[in-house]
Amino acid sequence: MSVFRSIVFSAALAGVITGAAITGAQMVGTIPLIQKSEVYERKAEAPAAVAPTDATQPAHTHDHGAAAHSHEAEWEPAEGFQRNAFTTGANILTAIGFALLLAGIFALRGRTVSWREGLFWGLGGFVVFTAAPGLGLPPELPGMPVADLSLRQTWWVSTACATAAGLGLLVFRKASWAAILGLGLIVLPHLIGAPQAPAGHTDVPEALSHSFVVAATLTSLLFWALLGVLTSIAFQRISRT
Amino acid sequence: MQQTQTAQISAVTTDVNVVVQAVLAMALGLFIVGVVGFSHISAVHNAAHDTRHANAFPCH
Repeated sequence: MSVFRSIVFSAALAGVITGAAITGAQMVGTIPLIQKSEVYERKAEAPAAVAPTDATQPAHTHDHGAAAHSHEAEWEPAEGFQRNAFTTGANILTAIGFALLLAGIFALRGRTVSWREGLFWGLGGFVVFTAAPGLGLPPELPGMPVADLSLRQTWWVSTACATAAGLGLLVFRKASWAAILGLGLIVLPHLIGAPQAPAGHTDVPEALSHSFVVAATLTSLLFWALLGVLTSIAFQRISRT
Repeated sequence: MQQTQTAQISAVTTDVNVVVQAVLAMALGLFIVGVVGFSHISAVHNAAHDTRHANAFPCH
């Protein structure tokens, strides 16, 4: 089978299983916290002019953000089944996307990647895509004050790239200059610093946002560990045929 | 002919063909993550809302 097809098939398989499993973990971990936080978000958003119990107003369940977000007519999934179905779909797509990255790397290794090696690649993904960006931009609940979205996205992506390059140098180059440069690349984005939220008031309790950081980080660790192992096993099997 | 070609491809790791295919697959993966996690289109954002928050992708 062509390498591309092997990568796509194994990524799809690993992604579907990981995405579904992680949705289960989120149901008990992050999602209840998001829903609790939205109660505060809605309270903060509801101005005195709008009576919250007005039956003629469609319920704005997770309309976000204080600034410039009065999007009345924008589509969003209905609460309950539809919202969870979209979350499951988004989780599966995210898992497939990252699995394509992992399987692509496995193909470039040019030899069999064992499940344990896959696990470590997954943990590498956790460091690059969760731990490093999360240091500067911790997982946020809806309704928290935040800096400009594009600035945060730029910092997030740059941090992930720098961390990946740094880890790569540390692991795959034996020279001392590589170790120094690698560590430097990992530290650099944090010296520059993530875009900071303007001082703002939030009703979301400190304890709730702390629990969310823990829950999101742990579910992400599970996501990456599972994705690394499953992608390596699937790619092993499929590329052999 | 076909078989020897396939054998060569799997044997020679630095084969350009393999690299091109792997890089294409990785680019596709990044594109998917980009749309789900980073698109500014409001409907995409709302659909993937809980996933974005759980993955700590920057959100609204």
